[in-house]
Amino acid sequence: MAEGVCVITEFREGSFRRISFEIASEGRRLADELGEPLVALALGESIGDLATDLGNYGVEKVYVLDAPSLKDYRAETYVPVAAEILSNLDPKVILIAASVDGKDFSARLAARLGAGLATDCTQLKVEGGSLKAKRPMYAGKAFAWYEWSDGSWPQMASCRPNVMDCLAPDTSKKAEVEKAKVEVAEGNQTQVVNIEKDAGGKLDLTEADIIVSGGRGMKGPENFAMLEELAKLIGAAVGASRSAVDSGWRPHADQVGQTGKVVTPNLYIACGISGAIQHLAGMSSSKYIVAVNKDPEAPIFSKVDYGVVEDLFKFLPVFIEEVKTLKSTC
Amino acid sequence: MNIVVLLKQVPDTETKIRIGGDGKTIDTSDIKWIMNPYDEYAVEAALRLQESAGAKVTILSMGPERVVESIRTALAMGADQGVLVNDPGTEGSDALGKAKVLAAVLKNLEFDLVCCGHRAVDDDENQVGIMVAELLGIPHLGLAISVELGDGKIRIVRPIEGARVTLEGTLPALVTFGGAHAVWNPRYASLPGIMKAKKKPLETKTIADLGLSPDEVGMQAAKVKITAMELPAERQAGRVLEGETSDKAKELVRLLHEEAKVI
Ligand SMILES: Cc1cc2nc3c(=O)[nH]c(=O)nc-3n(C[C@H](O)[C@H](O)[C@H](O)COP(=O)(O)OP(=O)(O)OC[C@H]3O[C@@H](n4cnc5c(N)ncnc54)[C@H](O)[C@@H]3O)c2cc1C
Repeated sequence: MAEGVCVITEFREGSFRRISFEIASEGRRLADELGEPLVALALGESIGDLATDLGNYGVEKVYVLDAPSLKDYRAETYVPVAAEILSNLDPKVILIAASVDGKDFSARLAARLGAGLATDCTQLKVEGGSLKAKRPMYAGKAFAWYEWSDGSWPQMASCRPNVMDCLAPDTSKKAEVEKAKVEVAEGNQTQVVNIEKDAGGKLDLTEADIIVSGGRGMKGPENFAMLEELAKLIGAAVGASRSAVDSGWRPHADQVGQTGKVVTPNLYIACGISGAIQHLAGMSSSKYIVAVNKDPEAPIFSKVDYGVVEDLFKFLPVFIEEVKTLKSTC
Repeated sequence: MNIVVLLKQVPDTETKIRIGGDGKTIDTSDIKWIMNPYDEYAVEAALRLQESAGAKVTILSMGPERVVESIRTALAMGADQGVLVNDPGTEGSDALGKAKVLAAVLKNLEFDLVCCGHRAVDDDENQVGIMVAELLGIPHLGLAISVELGDGKIRIVRPIEGARVTLEGTLPALVTFGGAHAVWNPRYASLPGIMKAKKKPLETKTIADLGLSPDEVGMQAAKVKITAMELPAERQAGRVLEGETSDKAKELVRLLHEEAKVI
């Protein structure tokens, strides 16, 4: 009989990524609703005692797979061992991160397990002992509720980063750790040749609390320095519209929208962006939206909490000074 | 060398989504259909390999008759032939069901490389391509923003949070494509290309042709299904700030700090 919730953590370069704690917290909530245990599966290299910390977020027991061949994520090495452990564990629900690697891992794992998978979920609940998942489609133009067929265990869901509430860590609680006993393959079909880190430990748009974004109204790549300065002051990442990316002003990874990143920060500041439907799809779920645009008719204004109708080259320098004043007093 | 591109037809990204009468699908009454943009990048990448490595490019898709138009577009861009699985029995398939259908076609095709978008911009599921690789038992390399072939191997660059990973795999393999329009700049179909496309082979198959039994795919085989759809809550019209530049700047800082508490 399938029982309990299992969360699959994401361990990179010596620590668990924040999303791991988000899904552990969400897993705890679901496990309580089911009245069943919460365990975790941690794959990586040199995880050591850190696994016990998952207890801070309500995980009771962690199955740890620690091996050199698991240092960097590869489907080839991760999927077979995870599938073997999960088949034995037989959980009702499996939660995993909808991060870049998590999306890759979860799809292949679901196919291996023959499990139904709902990706990039923004809300989960238990009804009649079974999972229900809400997830965006069309980049957020609509939401769908997913349900699993009767008796189809495990029910797998990946959680969008930055959406699920993280429990306040209770450092008095430690998780029991069990070294999983399965053979980890080296893998000979795929190899990680190189990992090149982005300069300056750039914050990823999907994980940023604040995003300052620029569009064609920025007029040229040099003017993004203004947005970089603002971003630095308020701890933001810098995004862009497709026009700014197509013009070669910004890297493609910064594109927000239906064919770019779909983001849900607490604050999104759109500068010189008109608000085309493909752009709005990617950022409309942000908690607060601000737009600076000289055209009062720009569609972006239909989505904003606070709108500034003005030439951004006039407004932003003054605004940045005001932010500096605020930051120097608090 | 044989390359197969998996292609999905999706609603135009301009589409304003409305929920259909059943409450669990979208209203498709006046939708314009396009090739999934990420699949378009996959077609572009395949065509570049067609030129540099002398590959033959096959387009594989599933769906109703309207999908022919998107396959023809890919043929007009330069692909060599198309296969469409058109069978009402596939409707209601979940991602795994769709992957089963595509994998069944691939098992009867010669291929060294399978290319597809990392996601389709309608369901945004990020699943089907990778599941096809699992069902075929071949490696997959996900979210490519560049691709290179050599020595029976394929090498891609894959952006992850805060880094870029260079990944190499043996052939046959499946690659899913990411990036943006600016990365791939997919070619337009030329007029002669459009004329030629009309004569290129396009085969239509049913589930029975693939040797799949009807209960392996479609609604009855689905492990997950959509039971309801909803539109996001309409955002309340916000405040447009008034006054001189400095007043607006001060007011915006105050609102973000005191009211929204986000800075
Ligand atoms: C298949 C497809 C997929 C797409 N996907 C995406 C996507 O993922 N993301 C995306 O963003 N777009 C996407 N688009 C493109 C989208 O349709 C728009 O073309 C694009 O978002 C426009 O970018 P923009 O707002 O920067 O430029 P514009 O629409 O040109 O708007 C520029 C704005 O800047 C304002 N402005 C100009 N000068 C100033 C100034 N001095 N001060 C203040 N304001 C000023 C103008 O009033 C205007 O509102 C896609 C399109 C297609 C066809």
